[in-house]
Amino acid sequence: MTADIDSLERPSASPTFITISPGRRVKDLVARILVTGAFLLALVPLLWLLWTVVKRGFPAITSAAWWTHSLQGVLPEQFAGGVYHALYGTIVQALIAAVLAVPLGIMVAIHLVEYGLGRLARVTTFLVDVLSGVPSIVAALFVFSVWISTLGFQQSALAVSLALVLLMLPVVIRNTEEMLRLVPDELREASYALGVPKWKTIVRIVLPTALSGIISGVLLALARVMGETAPVLVLVGYSRSINFDVFQGNMASLPLLIYSELTNPLPAGQQRIWGAALTLIIVIGVVYVLAAVVNRFLARKRS
Amino acid sequence: MSKRIDVKDLDIFYGNFHAVDSVTMAVQPRSVTALIGPSGCGKSTLLRALNRMHEVIPGARVEGSVLLDGEDIYGSGISPVSVRRTIGMVFQRPNPFPTMSIKDNVVAGLRLQGVKGKKELDEIAERSLRGANLWDEVKDRLNRSGASLSGGQQQRLCIARAIAVRPDVLLMDEPCSALDPISTLAIEDLMSELKDHFTIVIVTHNMQQAARVSDQTAFFNLPGAGRPGRLIEMDDTAKIFSNPNQKATEDYISGRFG
Repeated sequence: MTADIDSLERPSASPTFITISPGRRVKDLVARILVTGAFLLALVPLLWLLWTVVKRGFPAITSAAWWTHSLQGVLPEQFAGGVYHALYGTIVQALIAAVLAVPLGIMVAIHLVEYGLGRLARVTTFLVDVLSGVPSIVAALFVFSVWISTLGFQQSALAVSLALVLLMLPVVIRNTEEMLRLVPDELREASYALGVPKWKTIVRIVLPTALSGIISGVLLALARVMGETAPVLVLVGYSRSINFDVFQGNMASLPLLIYSELTNPLPAGQQRIWGAALTLIIVIGVVYVLAAVVNRFLARKRS
Repeated sequence: MSKRIDVKDLDIFYGNFHAVDSVTMAVQPRSVTALIGPSGCGKSTLLRALNRMHEVIPGARVEGSVLLDGEDIYGSGISPVSVRRTIGMVFQRPNPFPTMSIKDNVVAGLRLQGVKGKKELDEIAERSLRGANLWDEVKDRLNRSGASLSGGQQQRLCIARAIAVRPDVLLMDEPCSALDPISTLAIEDLMSELKDHFTIVIVTHNMQQAARVSDQTAFFNLPGAGRPGRLIEMDDTAKIFSNPNQKATEDYISGRFG
């Protein structure tokens, strides 16, 4: 026993502190250069993309009617009007998807974290994994075959939202699950020990504690589906004018507007494409900023 | 109100693991009972079984009965929620609710049980904070977050929160092990005041603490690895610490093991 411990002891002859050898300095330098280089390399396409979109899209989004008019009555060769109709479509389709997917996703996550034991929870977790790997075109075709071909509904913005629900759901579930697991069990126990039933503990203690993380996750999921293109290509027709009705008729959205303008070879079409691309980036950026603000606000309330 | 607890032939299991073996003991009202013993001997498990908190761990179950003034808390149809309203608990690590202010923490139990009425809740908050010797320190910042307090203050906040729901019994699971000596003293003083109103059961690793605060002491031991913990003896604290009946108790108290 003592012999084992003796062998763990540092031999008294060796110096207590060692100097950093030249070899280690070189390795450190190489590692620094590699890591910094990789970071800069990753930054290049990002900045390039942003720069290109901003440079080409800026004239469009600053034109007079861009945010307030649709393309109704605007000729292909004419640069006029705006993307009001597509902006409305993008935001409304994503919001409807969120209204459906968020409660469902949060409840699934609560089940998995707070109640889920045994086979049902394992199967659900597996299916959520599968769902998160489903390509958006497959989700769109699935909604097309069920909602439109089988149930006989028309193409509409609602059909798009249904496909977006399928894409949002796994993101919301995964994120909420993680946030709920971060809530320490001690808080749940403290609440049980006060004679608070489990459901009330979840609603009043666990959810508020995890709220900021859940909300920012939802907003990120929202931002994620706003740029989805496959569902709008498959499930709704393009319209050059505003359509407020999500249940019927064609409705534009920013990705769909970009796609349809791609067939327009004239300079006005090019301008609209870049403008719409920049608009989409701005909308998604706003959602990201919102997520950060909500997070900051709830964190401050806590201290 | 203060009630007595009679534990009869209580066996506690985690799945197939037998954690505590056939404990029979009586806890007197208006007194502090200390549970001592080496780590893993099942004293915390027993404590958690006294208000059915161990049930929140999947697979945990008990056999036997725990009578609170003659009524079995494991009786058929008895709701664990109502048991926990009657038998409160303070944990090893202070665990105030991070999203709530100091005042909201104190009245959390009542509010979550559906009590409304701002005035009534404010009164109870003040009374409970005074009861936990915390009022003077926090009365100017009742709306600050509970997490802004020091560890010892947080633990007294948790005690205030536990007594605000007016339990009959207060269970304390090593309530001072995460605290410095001064905060520990504050909590020990508090315990001797609280025992006029509550039956207190405390688990502690600190022998001096058991000797200082408790009226009765129960010593638990582990016969061997993988075997269930058992109650070796229980008696007046003075007797246990001066002249215990069992050799094992004496060895443990005096720092000699097995």
